[in-house]
Amino acid sequence: MTEIQATSIIAPRRTLLLRGGQALLSASAIAILAGCENMAATHAANAASTEDDVQILNTALGLEYEGIAAYQVGAESGLLSKPVLDIAVAFQGHHKEHATALTDAVRKLGGKPVTPMASYEFPVDQLKSETDVIRFAAGLEQGAASAYYGAIPAFGNRDLAQAAASIMADEAMHWAVLRHALGENPVPSAFVS
Amino acid sequence: MTNHLPTIDRRRPARRLGLLAGIGLALILAAAPARAEGDPVAGEAIYKRCGGCHSIDRNRVGPKHEGLFGRKAGSVPGFDYSKAMRQSGIVWDDATLDRFLENPRAVVPGTKMTYAGVKDAQERADLIAYLKQATKPAAP
Ligand code: HEC
Repeated sequence: MTEIQATSIIAPRRTLLLRGGQALLSASAIAILAGCENMAATHAANAASTEDDVQILNTALGLEYEGIAAYQVGAESGLLSKPVLDIAVAFQGHHKEHATALTDAVRKLGGKPVTPMASYEFPVDQLKSETDVIRFAAGLEQGAASAYYGAIPAFGNRDLAQAAASIMADEAMHWAVLRHALGENPVPSAFVS
Repeated sequence: MTNHLPTIDRRRPARRLGLLAGIGLALILAAAPARAEGDPVAGEAIYKRCGGCHSIDRNRVGPKHEGLFGRKAGSVPGFDYSKAMRQSGIVWDDATLDRFLENPRAVVPGTKMTYAGVKDAQERADLIAYLKQATKPAAP
């Protein structure tokens, strides 16, 4: 287990996405925590094909590209102070790593990875201050965490579900840091949904 | 943040109980067949779960929701839908949304909306009540 954790930090994320291995805290652990039989049933009913998994990975990849573009808009806005800019660039870097890992995984599964949209209609006219930019980013991170939360039970492949959980945790950390930067309670509740 | 810690420690047992009760309640609600009245204010908070992929007024990873009610599924111009969604024959209203949002991939197999669904019937009712208000096409 130590080896897996170390690998996920040092080696390209692809290793984590595609290697076998024991779940550290898997989606099934959450189901057990919630004592939820119907979740287990849903999992069986959703037993997805590789094609379905590719679909899920590609939707996630689309989200990551949007996040990367959004941080670019934020970074270029001229509204961010140095410490906030540093955070934005670091978070954008994480999203780039997610995108690389997802792209590799789609290819490995024989799929065609989606590419970034030609343009994103971000609400740029509403971004007038640093706070606006942080709030915008926080909303996207919350949405991303939530999207992974909704995707994890849909994966047919447990390793992919685990990898998605790892990304979800990262998005949730971003969200918490950004909430903190806004002066809001960084962790508003015990569950993310 | 540190000032939260003592509170958590003191209240932990009670909170746990509340939590378990909450989960039990959620399961009961999820199992209840009757569809309750939706609360749009609660629904707006639930819509945050959709906000990774959707906005009311712009296409993103998912299509914009403006003008949703009464619209044929898969019909927003400029959005690259799955074949499954375009050919689903669905027209969006309270009932079709309720079914789709409970388990999107079962109702439209092959959909790009790779989202497990909103299992709680009350939450779906709230969400639909919110969508009904928020997706009204902007007045000309
Ligand atoms: C992971 C991203 C994602 C999340 C999260 C998500 N959706 Fe979607 N949604 C999509 C995509 C992609 C489509 C297009 C589906 C297709 O073409 O098969 C879609 C389609 C739809 C449609 C059909 C729209 C039309 O124009 O026909 C509705 C309604 C919808 N979503 C509602 C919701 C609601 C409500 C939520 C939150 C509970 C939600 N979605 C969460 C990605 C998402």
